[in-house]
Amino acid sequence: MADKVLMKGNEALAEAAIMAGCKHYYGYPITPQTEIAAYMARRMPKVGGVFLQAESEIAAINMVIGSAAAGKRTMTSSSSPGISLKSEGISYLAGCDLPALIVNVQRGGPGLGGIQPSQADYFQAIKGGGHGDYKLIVLAPNSVQETVDLTFKGFDLADKYRMPVMLLSDGTIGQMMEPVSLNQSKNATYDKSWAVTGTYGKRTKNIVNSLCLRPEELEEWNKARYERYNKIAKEETLYEEYLTEDAEICIVAFGIASRVSKNAVNAGRKLGIKAGMIRPITLWPFPNEVLAQTAKRVKAFISVELSMGQMIDDVKLAINCSRPVTLCSRSGGMIMSPEEILQKIIEVDGGKQ
Amino acid sequence: MIVFEKPKSLVDMPMHYCPGCTHGIIHRLVAEAIDELGIQHKTIGIASVGCSVFAYNYFDCDMVQAAHGRAPAVATGVKRANPENIVFTYQGDGDLASIGTAETVHAAARNENITIIFVNNAIYGMTGGQMAPTSLPGQVTQTSPYGRDTTQVGFPVKMCEMLSKVDGATYLERVAVNNVRNVRNAKKAIKKAFQNQVEGKGFSLIEVLSTCPTNWGKNPLDSLKWQEDNMTPYYPLGVYKDSTKEEK
Amino acid sequence: MSTKNFLFAGFGGQGILFAGKLLAYSGLLKGKQVSWLPSYGPEMRGGTANCSVIISDEQIGSPIVAEPDILVALNLPSLEKYQNKTQKGGMIVYDNSIITKSVSKDDVKVFAIPATQLAIDNKLDGLANMIILGKVIKECDAIDYDYIKQAMQKVVSAKKANLLEYNLKAIEIGYNYK
Repeated sequence: MADKVLMKGNEALAEAAIMAGCKHYYGYPITPQTEIAAYMARRMPKVGGVFLQAESEIAAINMVIGSAAAGKRTMTSSSSPGISLKSEGISYLAGCDLPALIVNVQRGGPGLGGIQPSQADYFQAIKGGGHGDYKLIVLAPNSVQETVDLTFKGFDLADKYRMPVMLLSDGTIGQMMEPVSLNQSKNATYDKSWAVTGTYGKRTKNIVNSLCLRPEELEEWNKARYERYNKIAKEETLYEEYLTEDAEICIVAFGIASRVSKNAVNAGRKLGIKAGMIRPITLWPFPNEVLAQTAKRVKAFISVELSMGQMIDDVKLAINCSRPVTLCSRSGGMIMSPEEILQKIIEVDGGKQ
Repeated sequence: MIVFEKPKSLVDMPMHYCPGCTHGIIHRLVAEAIDELGIQHKTIGIASVGCSVFAYNYFDCDMVQAAHGRAPAVATGVKRANPENIVFTYQGDGDLASIGTAETVHAAARNENITIIFVNNAIYGMTGGQMAPTSLPGQVTQTSPYGRDTTQVGFPVKMCEMLSKVDGATYLERVAVNNVRNVRNAKKAIKKAFQNQVEGKGFSLIEVLSTCPTNWGKNPLDSLKWQEDNMTPYYPLGVYKDSTKEEK
Repeated sequence: MSTKNFLFAGFGGQGILFAGKLLAYSGLLKGKQVSWLPSYGPEMRGGTANCSVIISDEQIGSPIVAEPDILVALNLPSLEKYQNKTQKGGMIVYDNSIITKSVSKDDVKVFAIPATQLAIDNKLDGLANMIILGKVIKECDAIDYDYIKQAMQKVVSAKKANLLEYNLKAIEIGYNYK
């Protein structure tokens, strides 16, 4: 077993990014993700990288655009209100086909909201916070180790498909410490012949651009991009199943909510209720197929979320509303207890306990 | 003997600019400066949003098209990624002095080693003639149909004057291209702004007073005269800051 | 032991988070599954602070400890807030040089230790957190003293090596307090 160290989710994420070859970080302070910026400020100068505290979230994401256009692995991180500000730039990243990692350590909203953990930016991340036809690959870790693993993966997916990837964390996963091993196999290399690095007389000029005033052409661009999205949906969907084989009640939960749900599933099993869980690891692409298959076996689903109910829509779509889907939710920075979820499981099971 | 030719750093294609618009002249001056410094192969331009959005087609070097107002931030990202590249932005007044004020001021504050070409024609051209941050008091535009009322919408923003108080900024000059003498001065200023970057001296911004015959509702000659008579007095030409001199 | 849930609570600045981190690190060195989750935000600065620590033989589900097996309280508001949430058969360890009220709950083991006073008496100002941690590891069988020592070497940076000795001395005082 590799040597494990105890690290905060946010700091482990930052170190993993550097290990993945990200030497350009642009950000702005906001709770509860500031440790990422602080870590980068300490580490980047020591590894010959760039840490720049931008004048705004908007400037930060545009600096990311600049470094990504120049062919470098680059990232920014923020928390919910800051991601709203970055949304313009995220749409441009998608429109320009630029790879980058965007981290959202979610807190409660809307507006300035609070600073406690939340998952209420699900819609923003999955349905597109910015304008236009585009998708982000959205990765949702539920532990510090997975935060590290998905950071490595996020940079690879971004480069492989030339698109922005969002790592959707939350205040709990970002702030908690867990044992983590920071081992990364050799970084893969990707063709970046499209990057703006100067022609040096060896090629014609490169243009990084999202503008297209001819609608028939813009439609073709969008169709081509969606073909890529379809391929990603086929090949890159990730999820974890927990006790689903014989499950009658299936929880769907991601991130911190899946940790609490696991306790509830175990408690339910002790009471003799056949509970299980599907945990989406990629929120886009969403694990539609496994949910559809599971729907054939289970009686009901429970969507457990730290929002007023956002992912539940996608669960219903995935199973084509073939089974009842109940919501178990807390919002505004509150986290449900395992008992709250267990009560919901009992209720859905018929309330016999 | 060739006495006149197209600069190498411009692509040989028709530009979309309106007749009499001075963008063409300014493009040419930028391209000449790049050619003369021998930096075309390592130059990266950042096009902004506005009439000059298609600059990415016109300049023959690597180009990035930025969101409205964000060109200095994008330029920062490109420059920090590859400091050996020469990075310039080409921005209009709405882009640089309104929606992108913060990006402009902070790039200057950081003394970011980039070159900014700021084209000020006191109006929004691409969207069809609305009030700009630099529209003059009393100036009639589509969104100030009774003339710019400074009691309601405030005063024009004088970028060179404002940035001259920013410690980080290295070189700030306002020029015009309404006559031969001014064009020559503009060329010198633009070249110096690129030269500064080549020498690692930091943030240079050249504000070029320009015209918009179409949206001003004037013919090209009258436009040049209007600029001279109205804009130049409000936006005096000259060097507003040159810390390359102070160093000596 | 299969799973032990700890809650450390007190004022910001009392070293609550550090004590929890040290305990979690010890668990890691012992080969256990561990998690550490702090309260965060403005409350960190001057208000109340707490952290959840879980040490387990199994994979840890929720890292949030709402109903601790072991409550470590370094101020009265924390004791009052969490004593009734402490699990039946659990344990409360508190600093009775700061908390003058006694524990009202009677289905838990209670250990009072004048950690702050002991720190002052031993010229270890500010290390009440380590003294009380010493008592905690003595009274609950989750962690052996040796692992705490090893963890300390991991957690205290080389630059602050001189602090290592003081911290260890403080833990020892707590461990040996009767």
